[in-house]
Amino acid sequence: MFGDYSFGDLMSILAMQGFAGLILFSVFVLMALGLAIIFGQMGVINMAHGEFMILGAYMTFLTSHLFQAHLPHFYAGYFFVAMAIAFVVAGAAGIAAEWLLIRHLYARPLDTLLATWGLSLIMQQSFRSIFGAREVGVELPQWMMGSLNVTDAIQVQINGLFVMALTFIITGIVALLMYRSRWGLQVRAVVANRIMSGAVGIDTRRIDRLTFGLGCGIAGVAGSAFTMIGSTNPTAGQLYIVDTFLVVVFGGAQSLLGTIASALTISQSRSTLEFFSTGSMAQVITLLIVIGLLMLRPQGLFVLKVRR
Amino acid sequence: MSSKKRTTDFLNLTRRQLLAGASAFGAGALLSGRAFADAPPTAKVNTTGLAVTDTEVTVGILHSVTGTMAISETGSVEAEKLAISQINEEGGVLGRKIKFIQEDGASDWPTFAEKAKKLLVNDKCAAVMGCWTSASRKAVLPVFEQYNGMLYYPTFYEGLEQSKNVIYTGQEATQQIIAGLDWVNKTKGSKSFYLIGSDYIWPRTSNKIARKHIEGHLKGCKVVGEEYFPLGHTQFNSVINKIKLTRPDVIYAIVVGGSNVAFYKQLKAAGIDLSKQTLLTISVTEDEIDGIGGENIAGAFACMKYFQSLDNPNNKKFVPAFKKMWGEKTVIGDVTQAAYLGPWLWKLTAEKAGSFDIDKIAAASPGVEFKGAPEGYVRIHENHHLWSKTRVGRARTDGQYDVIYETADLVEPNPFPKGYQ
Repeated sequence: MFGDYSFGDLMSILAMQGFAGLILFSVFVLMALGLAIIFGQMGVINMAHGEFMILGAYMTFLTSHLFQAHLPHFYAGYFFVAMAIAFVVAGAAGIAAEWLLIRHLYARPLDTLLATWGLSLIMQQSFRSIFGAREVGVELPQWMMGSLNVTDAIQVQINGLFVMALTFIITGIVALLMYRSRWGLQVRAVVANRIMSGAVGIDTRRIDRLTFGLGCGIAGVAGSAFTMIGSTNPTAGQLYIVDTFLVVVFGGAQSLLGTIASALTISQSRSTLEFFSTGSMAQVITLLIVIGLLMLRPQGLFVLKVRR
Repeated sequence: MSSKKRTTDFLNLTRRQLLAGASAFGAGALLSGRAFADAPPTAKVNTTGLAVTDTEVTVGILHSVTGTMAISETGSVEAEKLAISQINEEGGVLGRKIKFIQEDGASDWPTFAEKAKKLLVNDKCAAVMGCWTSASRKAVLPVFEQYNGMLYYPTFYEGLEQSKNVIYTGQEATQQIIAGLDWVNKTKGSKSFYLIGSDYIWPRTSNKIARKHIEGHLKGCKVVGEEYFPLGHTQFNSVINKIKLTRPDVIYAIVVGGSNVAFYKQLKAAGIDLSKQTLLTISVTEDEIDGIGGENIAGAFACMKYFQSLDNPNNKKFVPAFKKMWGEKTVIGDVTQAAYLGPWLWKLTAEKAGSFDIDKIAAASPGVEFKGAPEGYVRIHENHHLWSKTRVGRARTDGQYDVIYETADLVEPNPFPKGYQ
């Protein structure tokens, strides 16, 4: 397969393939970060996570139309506004869902699975009723389309760079929040020992609500970013949810670092294997690796050492 | 024991129908009104217990309105409903108005089979307009053959199938794939082909036929790559890198459903310019471009039998009628038009046969012509496929196609071509 190409060509192919793997990695991290917070930190199995992402995508769609109709001069920058709106709307929806539904079910994790599955069906149908069953096309501003020519043979997709930068920034913010802010301290305290945290005066209910909202808000931003690379329709969330749970569980549910490590493993494995064999085979082998590792280490890659 | 029960039910039904028919006949003579006077008695047109009364006949609509295939199948549902409402306005079929029962296949093939059984056994539909993917058709085919139903199937597909219980209103492989490959080889001088598809029976069989044609029948041509991705797959960067690596003359894409959107967006983002790199597809109609975005696919070629931009008197009436019913912004793809043909062909066949009985409809189908088809003129062949023209279109940024090639004559359908199996 590589016989006909010069060394320079091969290097550029490897570079482009590595870049494709990095884009996939960023996509996985974005998807999984929100769920890692909700599932990992709070133990809530949120089957509606994909739908919160699509909510963000639909908000981006609406924002693009708003800008086209009323603010055409600022169209080039609409995407940043769209992401902010997606974060706020998805976060608010998450807080509403937590207050209405989830907070009654903290002691019953399997029931949250069913309840959030129902929530995902409700959200899918409301998208269908409001926006229609078909795809909606989200138009990108000109500067985000196409690719940069780093050298003659290496081309780098602009939206790929954008997604990677976005992932980097969001992960940085989440890490800062979790490990350097007072709120993050409180979240970690609640996760470690809920009763004791309540006893020392932390409002566990408020912390739970805000954490869930944050997780859903991040999902909204991820969905907004995905309008660049995928389709936006009522059931698109279902395409992401399985991979998202895979990444979170494989990394060790309670560790954010684990999520990142597992996203890296799975994305690199899949994109490399896709290059050398077919798409379906790559998925099969990747999943076999994940199953094998999980059988050896059921808690996932990284485990928090907690005294129980 | 169960057969005895069925026979008794059957006799009861016939007796009941005979009594109803006789009294209706008598009553009809007293009543004025075109509909009743035109309608042959139920006992004559329905001898197998289908859901037919003196004023109504029931048909089924079975498509996915949810799931990854909803983007493609919604158009078919809209077209079938338009055809049914137009037929009802003209007086219905054999003097009876069409009533439809719609079921959702949900992009899940076992669900299609289950709903098909429900429509045939519980609802006793006289005909079913349904299915889109070959996987869904393969799932319902045993049901239709076991319970003797009639399916009008609108999608272009890989051929290699023929059934008494199905009328295929879309093109099969030789009409669509082979004509398209011949065209691109002749006009572009293309020699190397990269085949991409979604991972299920239609793209795999189509690519098998395409490969046989490229390597066996086109001089000096070869296939330089062949890739498949699961339905719903959204990350195509690796295969796009491989395409850049092999630099084929033609990318032959059979990506289906929601994956289309991701594929063409990522293709554009990777810097592949479709006005310079030839891409020929048989799976992207105006419906899919609606979701992909015209700017992402402009310059690609598609091989179909119908494009919304076709310039003929039938289409000039059809497009506004469709937009009036479903909205100014709707688009009409090849499968949508083929779905529109289904109820009309069924009406013409039922009137030719003078009956709704499936066996009589199946026998009367060959030779039925529909001159009002938006694609022009079509005729049903003995093998239950349609004689139709083949066309090649080039995608524009506004989401429509420019028709750049059309066969001079109708192409004969040949679902079992020699040398391609």
